[in-house]
Amino acid sequence: MPDSRLGKAVIASPLAIQGLTVSYDHRPVVHSVDFITPPGSMSAIIGPNGAGKSTLLKAALGITRRLSGEVRVFGRPLEQETRHLAFVPQRSSVDWDFPARVIDVVGMGLYRDLRWWQFGSRQLRRRAMESLARVGMEGFAERQIGQLSGGQQQRVFLARALVQEADLTILDEPFAGVDAATEAAIIEVLKSLRDEGRTLLCVHHDLATVRDYFDHVLLMNVRRIVAGPVDEAFTEENLQATYGGRLSPVQLARLVESPRAGRRVEAGQR
Amino acid sequence: MMETWWRALTFTLGYNTSLVTVGAMLLAAAAGMVGSFVLLRKRALVSDAISHSTLPGLALAFLVMGVWQGDGRVLPALLAGAAASAALGLWLVQRIGERTRLGEDAAIGAVLSTFFAFGVVLITVIQTLSVRGQSGLTGYLVGATAGMLYSEALLIAACAVGLLLALLVWRRDLLLLCFDADFARTQGFDTGRLDLLLLLLLMAVVVIGLKVTGLILVVALTIIPPVAARFWTDQPMRMVALAALLGALSGYLGVSLSSVREGLPTGPLIVLAAFTLFLVSFLFSPRRGVLASLLAYRRLRQRVHLRQGLLALGRDEPIFDGLTLKLLQRRGHVRRDGVATPAGLAAARDAEHEERLWALYRRRYPDDALHREHAGLTPIGQVLSADAIMALEAELPPTETAR
Repeated sequence: MPDSRLGKAVIASPLAIQGLTVSYDHRPVVHSVDFITPPGSMSAIIGPNGAGKSTLLKAALGITRRLSGEVRVFGRPLEQETRHLAFVPQRSSVDWDFPARVIDVVGMGLYRDLRWWQFGSRQLRRRAMESLARVGMEGFAERQIGQLSGGQQQRVFLARALVQEADLTILDEPFAGVDAATEAAIIEVLKSLRDEGRTLLCVHHDLATVRDYFDHVLLMNVRRIVAGPVDEAFTEENLQATYGGRLSPVQLARLVESPRAGRRVEAGQR
Repeated sequence: MMETWWRALTFTLGYNTSLVTVGAMLLAAAAGMVGSFVLLRKRALVSDAISHSTLPGLALAFLVMGVWQGDGRVLPALLAGAAASAALGLWLVQRIGERTRLGEDAAIGAVLSTFFAFGVVLITVIQTLSVRGQSGLTGYLVGATAGMLYSEALLIAACAVGLLLALLVWRRDLLLLCFDADFARTQGFDTGRLDLLLLLLLMAVVVIGLKVTGLILVVALTIIPPVAARFWTDQPMRMVALAALLGALSGYLGVSLSSVREGLPTGPLIVLAAFTLFLVSFLFSPRRGVLASLLAYRRLRQRVHLRQGLLALGRDEPIFDGLTLKLLQRRGHVRRDGVATPAGLAAARDAEHEERLWALYRRRYPDDALHREHAGLTPIGQVLSADAIMALEAELPPTETAR
């Protein structure tokens, strides 16, 4: 049972981070960050290079050890609830010359459901193929992963997360180094997940697309600067505070200008 | 001599030899499997550290048993000693890696040589003592199966079977650890414990293998078969299984060869057999072998030259490249003096037409075109379906098709 002293927002959230601190060599790279991921949202973690965005995610997922802080999934400690989470790591984090085909990698998303005496099943293979189809890669199932382009590799990682049918999918820079077509395809899949009521949390680099892709943001630079709906939190003042004057006024003005009318309509239709 | 080898190969050289052969095969199979995971985890050198740090423990155990029992050659005790000092060595490597900024390779180098040096000193000391069986100790350096006792062979075989079972149980966990440890953690796998498990399995293989291949060469069994297996498959579990098979085959060939004549060293023969298998894989594997990639390169070069030549013919440009001319001549597209034949002109028109189709295809479906291998060089009929080509043909600008 969730602790009764927890707030309602924490219990409803698929990932509530409280007071999270991570340090490398006695230097905090993430300092006391709070973020309650709103359920059903598409949230972005934004900040300059070295702001600790990926580290925050990795610590929240238990990959990196945290110095202090709590991470709760629907109000319960993370360790008991990994089942609710799917993770899409950075593409560069693995060796793509590994002896594996696309279908093998996607199948890895199902490993925890398999006991050692099982040798896979037709049903699991079907699920893996369905995820591949969702990212437009069903024709590549038998391909060695080293033969894929960067965008295709990213799609395979996304398919591995999809196959888990998790409530929350966490992505570490999913658009880094992928072509425009892949970026569009990935965002399409992410939006369809959101429309199914699932939650998405991305480390995101490209400030220009924040308004198009996301509805919530966490701005951080080691510490949390601000978090909230894009319209409220993604302001000139907050960006200035996050990037510490590294953005030119022209850049800033362009980024935070209110969304174009067409996009409003698009958002209103959902 | 051939006859003895044949009898060893067919397991008719006596019960003891057969058991030793089977034991070595099982051990080599387990080593191949563990080695595959270790290699995929990019820690192949760790097995070197383990094997060399067994020596002091081995020698100390021999001393203790020699003083206590009068004869140091008690296999279980020796293996326990070897395992204990290997564990200490591993622990040191781990600590050096964690506590300092040194890489694992540097830590391995330092620990490995120190432990080995200490072991050699101990062995030299043992040689001067009057303990029975001291000459048997050198057998652990290069392996000796000739004088192996029945009980020893049985122990090795049983341990190897246990290892194979453990690997079967944890195969998926270990694979996930090797490919993407971060992801494994998010899935609730305890990667720290899995890494430890992998090291323990590796240590067990090395320690059990001491008697068969000797501590200097046991590393080869954990590295060569997996590397050879990698040439034949792109599927992870198949690679592990194949490594086990190649390992077992090396064990089979090596042990049977060593029983041909008294005093032939088992370890080196097993390693040489493994290397032969590696060499065959390296040269002849249809996927990544040297021969296959050479052929593929030549085929591609021919295709490019032929296409360029035909396009030049179509544009009525002179061709200077010797290879292009030769290829065109061989196919009857140009005469000896370099003038195009009617068949050559027809082929040139076909090539041009196909080039236009591909260009159109790339414009219309940039995404799909990216996915196709050798786009534009494979005949379009082999890549696209007939109706897709018809649709493209219909879209070609009429002025160009009319030409």
